Amino acid sequence: MSLVGGGSPLSVNRQNEPEMNHTTGTAIRLRGVRKRFGSLTAVDGLDLDVPFGTCVGLLGPNGAGKSTTMKALTAQVIADEGEIEVLGYRLPGDSKQARAEMGVVPQLDNLDVSLTVEQNLLVFAHLYRVPAAGRKPAIERALGLANLGERRGDKVDKLSGGMRRRLLIARALLHEPRLVLLDEPTVGLDPQVRQELWALIDRLRTEGVSILMSTHYIEEAERLCDEVTIMSHGKAVAVGAPRALIAEHAGPEAIEVYGSPARLTEVEGEAQTRGWRTRRTGTSISILQANGTTDLDGERRVTNLEDVFVLLTGEEIS
Amino acid sequence: MATATATGSRRLGRLERAALRGVMVREIVNFSSFWRSSTFSSTIDPTIYLLAFGFGFGSLVSTVAGYDYIDFVGTGIVATTVLFSGAFPAMYGTFVKYQFQHTYDAILAAPVDTEELVTAEALWIAARTGTYGCVPMLVAVVFGLDPSWGMLLVPAIAALAGFGWATFGIFIAARSKSIESFSYWQSGLLTPMFLVAGTFFPLDELPTWAQVLGNVNPLFHCVELVRHAVFGFEGWEDVGHLAFLVVFALVAWRLAIRFMERRLIL
Repeated sequence: MSLVGGGSPLSVNRQNEPEMNHTTGTAIRLRGVRKRFGSLTAVDGLDLDVPFGTCVGLLGPNGAGKSTTMKALTAQVIADEGEIEVLGYRLPGDSKQARAEMGVVPQLDNLDVSLTVEQNLLVFAHLYRVPAAGRKPAIERALGLANLGERRGDKVDKLSGGMRRRLLIARALLHEPRLVLLDEPTVGLDPQVRQELWALIDRLRTEGVSILMSTHYIEEAERLCDEVTIMSHGKAVAVGAPRALIAEHAGPEAIEVYGSPARLTEVEGEAQTRGWRTRRTGTSISILQANGTTDLDGERRVTNLEDVFVLLTGEEIS
Repeated sequence: MATATATGSRRLGRLERAALRGVMVREIVNFSSFWRSSTFSSTIDPTIYLLAFGFGFGSLVSTVAGYDYIDFVGTGIVATTVLFSGAFPAMYGTFVKYQFQHTYDAILAAPVDTEELVTAEALWIAARTGTYGCVPMLVAVVFGLDPSWGMLLVPAIAALAGFGWATFGIFIAARSKSIESFSYWQSGLLTPMFLVAGTFFPLDELPTWAQVLGNVNPLFHCVELVRHAVFGFEGWEDVGHLAFLVVFALVAWRLAIRFMERRLIL
């Protein structure tokens, strides 16, 4: 349960200095957000901050509440409890103004497949209220960003999966938003295509756009995010920079011990008696926080965010 | 909320033109890729009804309710066209766009609210019914219906009724769990409405209960209003028909918005 509920003194104080939030504070600020669907609590007292100009990752396995959280930021999900502030606007009341100033890349491809690349962008230039004189340049800029200039006249159903995803991102950038929401931007894509998209997202980040990205790919979060919030069962279980979280929870190095199932169980027991934390990785046991200990026979490797995740939640990430 | 004013943050209004235009631009751009098939079915269907009934029944009955039968049917079918080109695209289009193409997810992530989305979709369909509605009348002119100044009002009547049918269709789509359940609405409601509307035969000859049902059928009021626009208005009676269509459109519009919100905003 979150300690910072909807009506806490902290949130009241923050409300009294909204100008700060608008310009220097946070692009996204959630306090004690809770959302139930029937008996299922999808988001359970979530606090989340995205400072301006940073890329924050929302990390968690399927069903952790990431997508519900993303939808709450566009008021397509209305929270039962808690406070949501996006670009200084209170949701859901002022969500339309917030939506006008941010770009959203959905998890599900919702391009108009019977329209051309350029027509898709034209429609959203209107929906995002790009002024008439700026529409053409905005579309050209978006085509350039997505590297789809040569395919502008092609219908979307002729594009590859990677191109469609690039178009989805370009579509969200037409109005040069200050904040971009990316919901699982690279799910289901080939590794090469994924790297192309990482380059595109990294470019946005260096241009100072604030980004909130949900993902269940560890590597993606480690590479792109300044900070991650690890979610499990609708709650934030850890918040911080990827390296800091790894250092804090997993230590600098892991020892990976391979062997028969019986041997692995034995190693597990031994590690626990020495007060080290372990995680199963299917074919091996990873021993964490065993810094400087060399008597165990295994491969040394650098710890990663996945170790942190499994330690904190007991859940594997796909 | 006091905070909103304190920040000086703009709160965008309801039913903004920019939002309505954005949604309609999407429809118009899409329409440019399927207008041929859509126009074909919207114009050929009523023409076939017109010819089949006009010449089929017309050979049995020469006048109905004081009109030449081709004149009677030629004006009545305007309303049928409005129903078909209003309710059906709204039902199927809406369902496909929210259920299969997730188009509405994309639109609602932009600065557009459900109210604007529904209104813009219905306005665009109304513009189409206003146009398509005139086709059978023009065909009837070719077959002997005398042109009149009142015909110039028919697009407006067809657009008003079309807005009502479009929002009613969106309401049906918002209430339906699957596209199959449209059958209940189609067979249980729309087909009876289509037949008991005074399009092909006058309601006066029917039993009282059928006349009562006819009077709560928006299609009947559309038929009457179109017929009177072409052949001469009948004073307060037509004000009543117009008022019924306006109320129908308003009620269907609000229902469509309410149920689409339930569907789209979780």
